[in-house]
Amino acid sequence: MLVNGKDFSSRASKAPADAGLQQQVSNLKTGFVAARARAVAALPEYEAMRDAGAAIKDHTLANLDFYLERFERAVVDRGGHVHWAADAEEACRIVREICTRTGARTVTKGKSMVSEEIGLNEALEADGLDVVETDAGEYIVQLAKEAPSHIVMPTVHKTTNEISDLFFEHHRRHGFSERVTDAAELIAQVRSVMREKYFSADIGITGANFLVAETGSNIIVTNEGNGDLTCTLARVHIVTAGIEKVVPTLNDASVLLRLLARSALGIETTSYTTLSTGPRRPGDADGPEEYHVVLVDNGRTKMLSGAFRPMLRCIRCGACMNHCPVYLAVGGHTYASVYPGPMGAVLTPMIARHEAANELPHACTLNGRCQQVCPVKIPLPDLLRRLRHEQWEDGFIKGRSRWGLGVWSWLATRPALYRVATRLGVQVLRWLGRSRGRIGHLPLAGEWTAGRDLPAPQGTTFHAAWAKRKRQP
Amino acid sequence: MTKIDDAPSTTGGRPRVGLFVTCLVDLFRPGVGFAAVKLLEDAGCSVEVPEAQVCCGQPAYNSGDQGAARRIAKQVIEAFQGFDYVVGPSGSCMATVRKEYPAMFDGDVTWHARAVALAERSYELMSFLTDVMGMSAVTASFHGTATYHDSCSGLRTLGIKAQPRTLLATVEGLTLTELQDAETCCGFGGTFCVKYPEVSVRMVSDKVANIEMTAADTVLGGDLGCLMNIAGRLKRLGKPVRVYHAAEVLAGMAGPAGIGDPEKG
Ligand code: SF4
Repeated sequence: MLVNGKDFSSRASKAPADAGLQQQVSNLKTGFVAARARAVAALPEYEAMRDAGAAIKDHTLANLDFYLERFERAVVDRGGHVHWAADAEEACRIVREICTRTGARTVTKGKSMVSEEIGLNEALEADGLDVVETDAGEYIVQLAKEAPSHIVMPTVHKTTNEISDLFFEHHRRHGFSERVTDAAELIAQVRSVMREKYFSADIGITGANFLVAETGSNIIVTNEGNGDLTCTLARVHIVTAGIEKVVPTLNDASVLLRLLARSALGIETTSYTTLSTGPRRPGDADGPEEYHVVLVDNGRTKMLSGAFRPMLRCIRCGACMNHCPVYLAVGGHTYASVYPGPMGAVLTPMIARHEAANELPHACTLNGRCQQVCPVKIPLPDLLRRLRHEQWEDGFIKGRSRWGLGVWSWLATRPALYRVATRLGVQVLRWLGRSRGRIGHLPLAGEWTAGRDLPAPQGTTFHAAWAKRKRQP
Repeated sequence: MTKIDDAPSTTGGRPRVGLFVTCLVDLFRPGVGFAAVKLLEDAGCSVEVPEAQVCCGQPAYNSGDQGAARRIAKQVIEAFQGFDYVVGPSGSCMATVRKEYPAMFDGDVTWHARAVALAERSYELMSFLTDVMGMSAVTASFHGTATYHDSCSGLRTLGIKAQPRTLLATVEGLTLTELQDAETCCGFGGTFCVKYPEVSVRMVSDKVANIEMTAADTVLGGDLGCLMNIAGRLKRLGKPVRVYHAAEVLAGMAGPAGIGDPEKG
């Protein structure tokens, strides 16, 4: 997985000044946040549905081995194949082997976060395969050689003008020589380019929003219909999915699908909900000849057994990022991870266990809005705090924040000493603030005073004033 | 069941309230503490201020240093034992006491029980005045148009939303106007504001823009951290908007100088 959380701070410090980015992410605020709020308000049973959704996921996760085996059996019974991948490398190897064995040259791909997570495109391209993303957003970032910046809206960072430039540059070979800026015309170009790809594809790869243990089905939702075409037109259909995607029954899936559409886009249901269950049977009008499901672990089993299990409830709706003030200030690319925002800040360090992701849990004010909107009630702030705790114990947190806090905590358990020290400090600050009531520049607090004044203290501490008041009743 | 020696000391008569001062109030704005004392006394409580308190431990807890957080929490639990209630003028600190203290001592039977006992009788000031003491009006006046920023912890952990508005609505001369995105974080976030200054300033700038849109001359809130952040940005931009802790206004102790304003303003 592409993880480069190391430079989060430096990217984060630049993002607020990026006017284009700010314009783009502000669309999330006005558009999707408002749409979700309307959709939720229109459904009286929404809260009960959230509870049901969380309960379905909790039950499944508590019995994950059972449901995964049941799913496997159902897939095999219908003529499909199930592969188990312990990590990203193994998952890629399995897909590559299927491609090689079937003599594939071209691959169409529906949107799949797990394939981004395992770096599948790079692996397949290294084998000389022609891989094309069929989701319009994913297609655009693929042309731009960028990573998605949002798990539901991969191109939220891109302006129409940038997309228009990209198409002008790349679509000439498909017969489009004019530069167009109209959204409908841009989409028409994607459709036209994609049509050729669908029909020439040897392999269609999709992700899975849900895997249904009862039937062995894979469910994907799209608003473009690209998912159906990807999985029905190629000779071979490969599903890549995290092991946590399984749910017991179709009924369970329907609860989660309703939560997903509302939380992601504020709509009642997505335009296309596609179930694929095994390869083409005799007499079927269409469908692939081979059907494979690659179940990816990649750190998930480890999460299953510990305090991070609730994170595996995530249905990738993106609501937490749409409501996260930090995500909205810095944009998805700042996280340099396939999964940005609050869910990514938990998931990325868990999956990547990469030193580079260690800053992500700190890039949060713990304001709690993500948890408030999460359709499956994941306690994201608690999980972030727990990651910080683990990092502290592991000695990952060093330098100024460690000793600064150390001094503070040491003083905080010595009230008498604390009172003397702080009374002095307050007097100094008071003097610095003098008649203005605020301090414009404070050495050692440059981070605070870079863009803000520091309000000056009133002059004495409460405890000193209280003691004085008690002495002279 | 462990014996809990932290149970209330008195029943009947005036409830004995231990004031949790909060470190920012202690250091930067003691007036908020005195305003809290006045409001609590007006509500019929007898107020004491235990000396052994410093901080709720949130900076350590949120930074991952649970050991230090536990040491500080134990000190708070001991300092406030025997009070009928513990009340503090901060949603954030009181959310720590109410929600995080019990979590901190998971697996430590004795301290967990003591933490729960403390949590159950700990309240943020405005929710205590209305929800527990049944206060529905104050006798104070303040002239101006104010908007209210809902701080995150109080709002989402303790459900503080209507309580301050109910009380503020009874302040003579005060007009309340709602803030767009009142529930969006101001970017303070404890140590976040110094770890990610640009992001934090970006967030507080959005808050300030929304404040300006209301045309209010005053901003109120229930958490000094957020208020210092908002005031700091307003003052840096030279905006004339005044900032007060809601308790100061409710107690009629708002004084001439708002947060970040010169004393003889
Ligand atoms: S954590 Fe919750 S809100 Fe965020 S993407 Fe996952 S399900 Fe959606």
